[in-house]
Amino acid sequence: MAGLMSRASTVVKAKMSKLLDRAEDPAETLDYSYEKQLELLQNVKRGIADVVTAKKRLELQETQLQQSVVKLDSQAREALAAGREDLARQALERKSGLQQQLQSLDQQTQQLQQQQEKLVASEKALSAKVEAFRTQKETIKAQYSAAEAQVKIGEAATGIGEQMADTGLAIQRAKDKTEQMQARASAIDELTTSGALEDFTSDQTELDRELGAIASKSQVDDELAKMKAELGPGEKQKELQQ
Amino acid sequence: MIVRLMGEGQFEVDDEVAKGLNDLDEKAGEAVERGDEEQLRILLDRMTEAVLTNGSRVPDDDLRGSDAIVPPGDLSLDEAKQLFEGEGLIPDLPSA
Repeated sequence: MAGLMSRASTVVKAKMSKLLDRAEDPAETLDYSYEKQLELLQNVKRGIADVVTAKKRLELQETQLQQSVVKLDSQAREALAAGREDLARQALERKSGLQQQLQSLDQQTQQLQQQQEKLVASEKALSAKVEAFRTQKETIKAQYSAAEAQVKIGEAATGIGEQMADTGLAIQRAKDKTEQMQARASAIDELTTSGALEDFTSDQTELDRELGAIASKSQVDDELAKMKAELGPGEKQKELQQ
Repeated sequence: MIVRLMGEGQFEVDDEVAKGLNDLDEKAGEAVERGDEEQLRILLDRMTEAVLTNGSRVPDDDLRGSDAIVPPGDLSLDEAKQLFEGEGLIPDLPSA
């Protein structure tokens, strides 16, 4: 098998000549190619926006999970204070599960961040080359005969074509990565809504209900004790009077 | 000569570095053939590193083409295979 470098060069050149073959004369080739460059610039801008959106969604999920971790932690304390170690254990187990999820979400957010940086760098390089190409295109049109122009176009097209292929791949890879992350984020959303993974972010979990029950029981106990205390002396007084 | 690191940009390197790159590239090709993803990654990383360390960055507005194109450093085995199948991996440029 040949090396990767020569194969990459061959593929990149093939992509560019496919693009250039579409136009008839040099001037048309230049304009057509320029038009496609602008189109690709739009694509890369859209690509960046998509990555940013996906990243925001992951960050939102992260925040929700973090809130749940804090909540589970205080629930564990409450449960322990109420003498319910079993409930406290349950809360801590869930907390540890969520912490693992959080860690993987964090890694994914970082990966998207890298994709975003690559796309931004790619956009910057493409944008600079497109501008250089635009200037050169006008010079070629104004100063060269058709035959000479063909050679000059070839030179300019190689550099820009390469950048276009590079940017194209960056967009493609970012898109694949973003789709994977979105699928994962949807899967987490779906699992939590269907209840399969238990919705830790909803207001009422089983743990909430049990703790609520403990709280209301102790409130009832408190009130009862208070009532007894209020009534107590009266009873005693009655006894004394008798 | 000018080398493009895909996803990183273009760099000018001397003949010595270019020779080293060719050797690594040959081994990378063999790694793809063997299906050895770990080795492929190591070799691509070394190629990327060699260019980043020894090359000087070509300005963004330079329209010269590259003499060699190095695929992204985190290329997977699947992606490497796609590169050798038809005109895979690199998407078509926008067309009418």
